[in-house]
Amino acid sequence: MQVPVPFDYERATSVEHAIGLLARLGPSARLVAGGHSLLPMMKLRLANFEYLIDINDLHNKLGYVKVEPTQIRIGAMTRHRELLESPELLRSFPIFHDAERVIADPLVRNRGTIGGSLCQADPSEDLCAVCTTLDASCVIRGLDGERVVRMADFYRGPYETAVGDAEMLTEVRFPLRPHGSSAYEKVGRRVGDWAVVSCGAAVWMDDGVITDARVGLAAVGPNTTGIPAISQALRGRPPSQDLYAEAGAIAADYCTPVTDQRGSAEYKRHLAAELTRRAMRRAVARVHGREL
Amino acid sequence: MTAAAGGRVTAFVDNDIRPVGRGRMLRKEDPRFIRGRGRFVDDLQLPGMLHLAILRAPIAHGRILSVDITAAEAHPKVKLVVTGVMLAERSLAWMPTLSGDVQAVLATDKVRFQGQEVAFVVAEDRYAARDALELIAVEYEQLPAVVDVRTALDRSAPVIRDDVEGKTDNHCFDWETGDKAATDAAFARADVAVSQEMVYPRVHPAPLETCGAVADYDAVDGTLTVWSTTQAPHAHRTLFAIVAGLPEHKIRVISPDIGGGFGNKVPIYPGYICAIVGSLLTGKPVKWTEDRSENLTSTAFARDYIMHGEIAATRDGKILAIRTNVLADHGAFNGVAAPTKYPAGFFGVFTGSYDIEAAHCAMTAVYTNKAPGGVAYSCSFRITEAVYLVERLVDCLAYELKMDPVELRLRNLIRPEQFPYTTKTGWVYDSGNYEPTLRAALRIADYEALRREQQDRRARGELMGIGVSFFTEAVGAGPRKDMDIMGLAMADGSELRIHPTGTAVLRVSCQTQGQGHETTFAQIVAEEIGIPPADIRVVHGDTDQTPFGLGTYGSRSTPVSGAAAALVARKVREKARLIASAMLEVSVADLVWEKGSFYVAGDPAASVTIRDIAMRAYGDLPDGIEGGLEAQVCYNPENLTNPNGAYICVVDVDPGTAVVTVRRFIAVDDCGVRINPMIVEGQVHGGLTDGVGMALMEMIAFDEDGNCLGGSLMDYLIPTALEVPDWETGFTETPSPHHPIGAKGVGESATVGSPPAVVNAVVDALRPYALRHVDMPLTPSRLWEAMSGNPRPPI
Ligand SMILES: Cc1cc2nc3c(=O)[nH]c(=O)nc-3n(C[C@H](O)[C@H](O)[C@H](O)COP(=O)(O)OP(=O)(O)OC[C@H]3O[C@@H](n4cnc5c(N)ncnc54)[C@H](O)[C@@H]3O)c2cc1C
Repeated sequence: MQVPVPFDYERATSVEHAIGLLARLGPSARLVAGGHSLLPMMKLRLANFEYLIDINDLHNKLGYVKVEPTQIRIGAMTRHRELLESPELLRSFPIFHDAERVIADPLVRNRGTIGGSLCQADPSEDLCAVCTTLDASCVIRGLDGERVVRMADFYRGPYETAVGDAEMLTEVRFPLRPHGSSAYEKVGRRVGDWAVVSCGAAVWMDDGVITDARVGLAAVGPNTTGIPAISQALRGRPPSQDLYAEAGAIAADYCTPVTDQRGSAEYKRHLAAELTRRAMRRAVARVHGREL
Repeated sequence: MTAAAGGRVTAFVDNDIRPVGRGRMLRKEDPRFIRGRGRFVDDLQLPGMLHLAILRAPIAHGRILSVDITAAEAHPKVKLVVTGVMLAERSLAWMPTLSGDVQAVLATDKVRFQGQEVAFVVAEDRYAARDALELIAVEYEQLPAVVDVRTALDRSAPVIRDDVEGKTDNHCFDWETGDKAATDAAFARADVAVSQEMVYPRVHPAPLETCGAVADYDAVDGTLTVWSTTQAPHAHRTLFAIVAGLPEHKIRVISPDIGGGFGNKVPIYPGYICAIVGSLLTGKPVKWTEDRSENLTSTAFARDYIMHGEIAATRDGKILAIRTNVLADHGAFNGVAAPTKYPAGFFGVFTGSYDIEAAHCAMTAVYTNKAPGGVAYSCSFRITEAVYLVERLVDCLAYELKMDPVELRLRNLIRPEQFPYTTKTGWVYDSGNYEPTLRAALRIADYEALRREQQDRRARGELMGIGVSFFTEAVGAGPRKDMDIMGLAMADGSELRIHPTGTAVLRVSCQTQGQGHETTFAQIVAEEIGIPPADIRVVHGDTDQTPFGLGTYGSRSTPVSGAAAALVARKVREKARLIASAMLEVSVADLVWEKGSFYVAGDPAASVTIRDIAMRAYGDLPDGIEGGLEAQVCYNPENLTNPNGAYICVVDVDPGTAVVTVRRFIAVDDCGVRINPMIVEGQVHGGLTDGVGMALMEMIAFDEDGNCLGGSLMDYLIPTALEVPDWETGFTETPSPHHPIGAKGVGESATVGSPPAVVNAVVDALRPYALRHVDMPLTPSRLWEAMSGNPRPPI
């Protein structure tokens, strides 16, 4: 059994309560959501905190998928499993279903949350790639109210986000745009493994041509822009295998993988191209109501 | 021999319906595991028990300059802090390994691998013990680490084992087998010779339950009780007596429920000794349970062989000879668990299942700055490596000869009339009927149809592969004259008592870690004596309760202890015969045994059941008949047994991502007489899963400084149900001629036989890329590199 250093523990009863505690306790305190990233780090003593503020009781307030005319709002405490099983998300953003099927295992998915995933900001986090692909914005609440930041501003680098010491992420917002669809592709060494590389793609079409496209990659360096070069290259052109390959080549060029136990940088670069190609193809098929 | 491959098994009694003897029967041990009522070492709570945690080396090689324990000792919950120097004062700093080397219990001079034990803390709870480790300050002078086994013997390499007097290099041992001259001559004559270097990477047994112990020393009567995760309680007791200098009759080793062993729990680990020392010094029971990272980084690994193999043949595919050079990485201490005369385990069976003219192997083992072990991890003492070598070589030969790998194997398999067959390295295979076994697998697979499908898919640019392996195991160590561990012969005792009401207790020396001994051994006795298995309790894992024997590993339980169980039952049956003759008032010669009763020849109505006899055994008996109904035996196996099998694996490789999917796996095993076919199949299923894991993902990797990169199960990957297909199993049954009931071992067969089948299948799938070999683990990245023309060994 791996045991963390001693810590104090309190259950937050409201968002205000949680933020108040964070403000009072400072950087030695941490929120715990699903705990599936935080607790392993604490057990390995890679991270040591004096206080844990448990926000699981806020699930009834912050666990939701709400569809509005122009956006979908997802509460920070919404669990992986709820994202996987949400019919609204399957309809509007099938990328969630693709991704959630291959994130960790049912045990982790039963507890892990979208808020925890984004705030953990692991470079291999799948939901970060999904949020980038869908051009999501994050709602951050502090003592003085709320601010909304795009993914590019939210993600500050590996394990670093825009969320301050006395702040918490409460919601993630996804703009709804017509005539689009999305898909996610991942290669792991084994089921439940973190990505060697994964790739999300979203496309929007009109009249048989692509009007916009976004790609979010995981595990190959910082990736929060949606890769505008892909959108530029694809806009106004009818989809084709060559076009998908072109998008893949841009993605491969854009990413910055490193060699590690999961694979060599060359392989990861190759995968960035291959998976972009596949995700793009699948997203386009879905725009036409087809599943590949 | 009966061949019922592929079909439903009907030849066996369903013991849950008609419960006497061999046959399918649910496992007696499962209800307690299913209900969470198993009792593992870590479940044990004793009054006043303290907790021990071990400080481990953060670096792979370094001189210890100082160890400061004052802050740790000042922790309010800490009872004891012990360093290597303190152990040295009691002559306990070093202990013997199972292979005649020594290993540090706690490092005194240097640390020699990352994760090596440096000091320990005993505290009131395990949290405090763990916290106090951080209060120990150790100063190291870092030394260059020997990580690359290929350069370990270079003159410039730092000497790891400077504790050994006069040691000037990292050489561990050399070993040789076979006939070099004859082999070279055969190669000189051959039409074709193929050579291939292959790596069997370092892997870890990774049992679900990590290692641990509770030591309880009673200072008043001087008895020491050690509950520990051991696969060999009796051997451990003897070694504790030797290491700690305690009288053996006052040591009791108890191995309760064990959550998987796979060889990981054969050696004695420093942690066990620390727990004993902790209890001796505090006078309290002391518990040590290692965590997952400690288990993965410091306990016995397996494999780690770089094998240069060569195979010679005639142009029409008659294999003439095999030779190999092996470079073996033994880590910082030679802790290999193998019979004394076999430093390379049973690697000598690398000639496989083929009738060849000559063979030769030369091996060099070296020390490196890595964890010690080299243990039998589901490998029957290195037969895993041997089978991988020969089965890959045969495929390489088929590749060069452009011959179907099945056809090549069929031309070379040892023929049934050649058994008992003496191999060119001196092993005597007891029995086998290989061709029908291989043909059974081909039939289940529909090999011809698979090859046609493969052609169609290749035409469409898809990568489908079919891999075949045929293995011969050598399990059941072993004959006293050849096999011992530290002077303890590998014979097993067994004791059987039948109570007055006709129920029985069987005591065995081996120890179950999931293999189902409590069921199988009850069935063995049931078959011999006619008492239902439900009425036979199997006692094991406690040195005070069971006769001496060497434990469970190397698939030896059924071949050795299983034989002992059958023989002790027969001995009791002979005693029962005497009592029956008194009861029926006829001479013993007139009695006929029918399972469960004796009757008078020619008068079947005059009979007594074993139950009647049991009651009478403890009642009034004529003079001259000893009362009671019990016996004890010690079984010394005449030879090893040789289970064998034919495996076929079908894979698909994604050409774009190089991801391998194992689509089908057909396993036809011949393990002689099968006692409980359900348990046999379970063993095969587990072993196949293990084999797929090793082929596709498992490997303990190190960086260039010797830091272990596989310290968690997120880094050291083991397979799940999702990586494996529905297993398609079949069997043939060729009894062992010398085993009392014709049984052979099976526990490791599938682990031994499956990795080459998977690799052969993947290499076959990559035929369009003209690859003849790719080393394990076949992770997507490594495979893609091979497909891109840059195959590289994993180490
Ligand atoms: C075995 C295993 C496999 C995994 N595999 C994958 C995988 O394949 N792909 C993948 O993407 N992920 C994977 N994960 C990670 C998993 O998705 C985690 O659940 C997720 O990363 C974190 O979510 P959580 O709710 O558990 O966060 P926690 O662990 O509770 O928290 C993580 C961090 O976020 C902070 N935090 C949490 N919520 C908030 C909030 N609302 N506001 C501000 N800060 C907050 C915490 O303080 C902490 O620093 C895996 C995890 C495990 C254990």
